[in-house]
Amino acid sequence: MLARSALCVPSRAIARQSLGKTTTRASSTAAGAESASSPFYLTLTASLATAAAAGSAAWYYHLYGQEAFASTPAEEGLHATQYPWVHERFNKTFDHGALRRGFQVYREVCASCHSLTRVPWRSFVGTMHTVDEMKAFAEENEYDTEPNDQGEIEKRPGKLSDYIPSPYKNEEAARAANGGALPPDLSLIIKGRHGGCNYVFSLLTGYPDEPPAGASVAEGMNFNPYFPGTGIAMGRVLFDGVVEYEDGTPATTSQMAKDVVEFLNWTAEPEMDDRKKMGVKSVALLTGLFAISVWIKRYKWAPIKTRKIVYSPPVAPRR
Amino acid sequence: MAGSISNVIYQTFIRRNAVFLTTIFASAFAFELAFDTTSNKIWDSVNRGRQWKDIKYRYLNKDEEEEE
Repeated sequence: MLARSALCVPSRAIARQSLGKTTTRASSTAAGAESASSPFYLTLTASLATAAAAGSAAWYYHLYGQEAFASTPAEEGLHATQYPWVHERFNKTFDHGALRRGFQVYREVCASCHSLTRVPWRSFVGTMHTVDEMKAFAEENEYDTEPNDQGEIEKRPGKLSDYIPSPYKNEEAARAANGGALPPDLSLIIKGRHGGCNYVFSLLTGYPDEPPAGASVAEGMNFNPYFPGTGIAMGRVLFDGVVEYEDGTPATTSQMAKDVVEFLNWTAEPEMDDRKKMGVKSVALLTGLFAISVWIKRYKWAPIKTRKIVYSPPVAPRR
Repeated sequence: MAGSISNVIYQTFIRRNAVFLTTIFASAFAFELAFDTTSNKIWDSVNRGRQWKDIKYRYLNKDEEEEE
């Protein structure tokens, strides 16, 4: 019995030693001195494996990891400045006075080239105009009627249920009138452009007086640093005083751009006011419900969390 | 004391199922009314002067003057 245990002890000590080699235990016994120094080929293999791993990772990153820029900075366009739009805050509606001014800017400036085909006249009623005003606007335009008894299509004045007509009959006519460039429909332009309000505002106000030295501007194009490619077929349209606001707001370039951008944001998201109000309400309600559910959980769990489990050993019977 | 109050509540509202259900429905109705009214008021005060109902008097009055 004694001899066996004496044999066993060294082998167990060695086994423990090799397992815990990396720890500080190695120095505590003299038995580990031989196995502590690893052979050279192990060091070499580990170094080579590390170098191969690091090298292949670096090669992979070089191939696939880097961000690829297909465009030059000029083709990318200058990134739009961030502006503190009040109507973009979570608890603010559109400024409907600004919407009304913005629609005036659209009607008097933008509408000569840009369509707004997804917006019906009726959606302005109760948002920025009265019924009578909108009926008058709608009646200024002509729409096709249903075919009559002879199958002929006549013209009728517009109604509130009609959509805003586009300035050109079709895309080809629009291109022909604008030197081959198609003025995009503005109904969803704020949602459809990177940068949204900031981009459109920067584009409208970003026309320099003359293109910077070295910039190449094609025939019939205008220079705008915010437009991807910097050559834009649309010229600067917003000049101070182009529009005369009925509420007396000074019609500066930036004021008009701000108003029309807010208006275009409304055409892209007419539901925004209601959406935000409903969101605030539901967050408030859900906060209350969450608080109640936390309270119920604590109420139900209180006896379980506070109970104490005691082991009372059986009393040994006295002999 | 508290025991008697809760006892009164139990006897009045909870004991009979019909009364209990009616209480629940009536209080849900009342809560929604109160919640909507309050939150609409807060919303309108946060957005004072921005909504159509705040500015429409300018344009409605003008129409009436024209009619007169």
